[in-house]
Amino acid sequence: MELITSPYLLKEASVQRVMLKVLLALLPGVAAYVWLFGPAILVHIALTTVTALVGEALMLKVRRRPLGIFLSDLSAVVTAWLIALTFPPLAPWWLTVTATLFAIVIAKQLYGGLGQNPFNPAMIAYAISIVSFPALMSQWPGTDGHFFSQLQVIFGLTPRIDSMTSATPLDALKTALMLAGDAHTATVASIQANPKVFGMIGGHGWEWIAIAYLVGGLWLIQQRIITWHMPTAFIAGMTLIAAPLWLWHPDTYASPLFHLFSGGAMLGAFFIVTDPVTGPTTPRGKLIFAAGIGLLAYLIRVFGGYPDGVAFAVLLFNICVPLIDMYTQPPIFGMKDQ
Amino acid sequence: MLMNLFKFKGGVKPPTNKTQSVTLPIATAPIPPRLVVPLHQSIGGTPRPVVQAGDKVLKGQLIGEADGRISAAVHAPTSGTVVEVAMHVQPHPSGLDALCVVIAPDGKDEWIARATVDYQSLTPEEVRARLQQAGVVGLGGAVFPSHGKLTASKTVPMDELVINGAECEPFMTCDDVLMRERGEEIVHGAGIFRNLLQVKKVLIGIEDNKPEAVTAMRAAVKAAEEDFEVIAVPTRYPAGGAKQLIRVLTGKEVPASKRSTDLGVQCFNVATAYTAWRALAHGEPVVSRIVTVTGNVQAPRNYEVLIGAPMDELLKLAKPHPDTDGIIMGGPMMGFLVPDHAAPVVKATNCLIAHSPTLFPPKPPEMPCIRCGECARACPHELQPFEMYWFSRAKNFGKTQEYAIFDCIECGCCSYVCPSRIPLVQYFRFAKSEIWAREREKQAAEGAKSRFEFKQLREEREKADKAEKLAKAAAAQAAKKAAEALAAAGASNAAPVAEPSPAAAGAAEAAKKAVIEAAMERAKAQRAAIQPKNVDHLPPAVEQEIAEIDARHAQALGTADTPSGGGEKNR
Repeated sequence: MELITSPYLLKEASVQRVMLKVLLALLPGVAAYVWLFGPAILVHIALTTVTALVGEALMLKVRRRPLGIFLSDLSAVVTAWLIALTFPPLAPWWLTVTATLFAIVIAKQLYGGLGQNPFNPAMIAYAISIVSFPALMSQWPGTDGHFFSQLQVIFGLTPRIDSMTSATPLDALKTALMLAGDAHTATVASIQANPKVFGMIGGHGWEWIAIAYLVGGLWLIQQRIITWHMPTAFIAGMTLIAAPLWLWHPDTYASPLFHLFSGGAMLGAFFIVTDPVTGPTTPRGKLIFAAGIGLLAYLIRVFGGYPDGVAFAVLLFNICVPLIDMYTQPPIFGMKDQ
Repeated sequence: MLMNLFKFKGGVKPPTNKTQSVTLPIATAPIPPRLVVPLHQSIGGTPRPVVQAGDKVLKGQLIGEADGRISAAVHAPTSGTVVEVAMHVQPHPSGLDALCVVIAPDGKDEWIARATVDYQSLTPEEVRARLQQAGVVGLGGAVFPSHGKLTASKTVPMDELVINGAECEPFMTCDDVLMRERGEEIVHGAGIFRNLLQVKKVLIGIEDNKPEAVTAMRAAVKAAEEDFEVIAVPTRYPAGGAKQLIRVLTGKEVPASKRSTDLGVQCFNVATAYTAWRALAHGEPVVSRIVTVTGNVQAPRNYEVLIGAPMDELLKLAKPHPDTDGIIMGGPMMGFLVPDHAAPVVKATNCLIAHSPTLFPPKPPEMPCIRCGECARACPHELQPFEMYWFSRAKNFGKTQEYAIFDCIECGCCSYVCPSRIPLVQYFRFAKSEIWAREREKQAAEGAKSRFEFKQLREEREKADKAEKLAKAAAAQAAKKAAEALAAAGASNAAPVAEPSPAAAGAAEAAKKAVIEAAMERAKAQRAAIQPKNVDHLPPAVEQEIAEIDARHAQALGTADTPSGGGEKNR
């Protein structure tokens, strides 16, 4: 007989419920995505979800782990959705499928599966893809995309035409500033005057997706799935570097608000840095970790060679997690004076 | 009465399930046909039995004498005849037996002569001695002998005495009904403790889900003309933990490494205060207690139960439903399933919960830890349960101690909230018991080592003594011989008398050599004596068996080299 000891009462809680709530919190973002860029994203979500589950099932089989409880924990589905949401909706099907397999098989299962992976699997998928296929990973659809033609692009039935795609607002800003060079023929303000690419605070349309992520993320905090520490620290970290530069030279550096509502900032702040498995666990550790990612993401996206820096910042800070945890252990009950 | 309450971190809010068992007043459970009274019912030394089979005993008569300072006496719960003093099963998770006095009640329930005293006329030492002799122990469940907690710290002035009526465990209501019905006696008991500890303030803490008890206790304090404060504290498990209640009422945090008196505060359960008053003012030792009988039963209720009554008999009074498959002693958060339903009610038995699979569904399968940190947020001692879990699992017990595993009070909050359904507390109990076992092993090994070393030292010394004696004898012999030779050679001018040394030393050497050789010879003979015999023409099976035994023997010798090495590595 299995030894059962107290407590005999358990709260209604499960890994599945945690993951399900994360998925629910992503829905506003997905809806905004569909509304702005067309339903192509749904195709990718379907592709990555199926791939992730198949990859997970195969690996569980190889590792001789029970399939049922691990497939239904929905952790692979969360990874799949995050991959779909960070990849360009027009990415070819094989790219998202390969990246998802890499995330599940190598970044997650080979490290021991749920709870054991040191790196965020979705960010691994993004990083290897942008390093291997930089061009494909930078083509985003215009906001007037037609579903059928998008579908044809994803499955390679029609050649990719440049007119269908555009750079992300972050990319557009960076390229325009670079072209202007030291001559300062263009300023942030003049570049952002293009209403086709830029909106009120972030990119045209992009800002609504960011707001939808923000709403979903706040709901996760209210549901006690995540704590306030990481999103707040991420936003603070990014603002801490964006604000002084913007105040110093507003012609060259976009406002912190633009940075927070562009690219992967909001998704990162609420859904990616908050991954419990790959992040620190102490309150102070969480603040350091997320603030560091916010800061580093800004540096990479503004001064680095990639259109966005969240993925690399997350992976770099994943490495530091054991160290951060070790040095941020909170004092225990009765030992606060020591 | 406005009081600033403090908060403790963590805690959980499980469904309380208390209302079922408080609808009826305390009932007296009938005297069962047989009482099995364990002698060891409190922390500390096991009381010595002072009765034997055939003795007639009266209710309240001493049957087990306190052994040592931290120990409390045990008494006959009713009048009757001692049937035997023997080993019987205990209400303990281990299911082990311990020495019990078995009494066949005569049904008269006849008390011994009860001496009532005015405790205020006694010295503090006398009061403490009387409490020990009356078997007064902490009835909140920890059963620490109360007299041991009633000496004020010599250096720190005592500020507060906390009387614990919080009763935070779900299902449990024995303290609630006691406060409702016998509040005044609790207040008197608290008065005894106050006088002994010379405290400035007495704070009675009750969770705010027991408004009746709060009202009753306020009335009781007024009636007793005391200035105690009755404080309703927020309902949040484990607010009734001594350290949590002290924190909430006084803001003081008592670490595991300190006694609460070091911080000028002490804490007693309400039922303990009640029994202390009964013991001093009525001369009644602790022979019964209030037990909540609830859970999967038709008629949950609180009973005043004689110590030693079998649990299954008691449970029958509450009419358990047919699907009842076990009895939990204590609350659902910290209690345990009793291994034998016939185990006796003891002083620690505050609650019996009929267990059924519908009331307490079987645990879902354990998933891997996802480091969500829920357990750390729920931990009232602000520990990192998931870290202790990783290290317990890896049997890296040194690390678990670095993460303060011995500050864990096993309240169960972490297991309660864990989304991966990891039985965290179970891992911590395992780690703690492993650490204790290793500590004991280490001590035993060290003891054995020092004994062995002493033996070696002694043998060497004896050998040296012997050799010295022999050498002396040989030298004497040689000197004598030399002297004789000298005498024989006449009083010529040969070697001076002071020159016998080379010959004497040579002789001593030879004697020593002879001794060693003789010893070696003996050892050789001994070895030859234990050479296996009749091993010449064996069947192959037996030969193989011998080879295996030899291999095992060699391996055992090889690994048993450093007995304390394994433990050391993990520290």
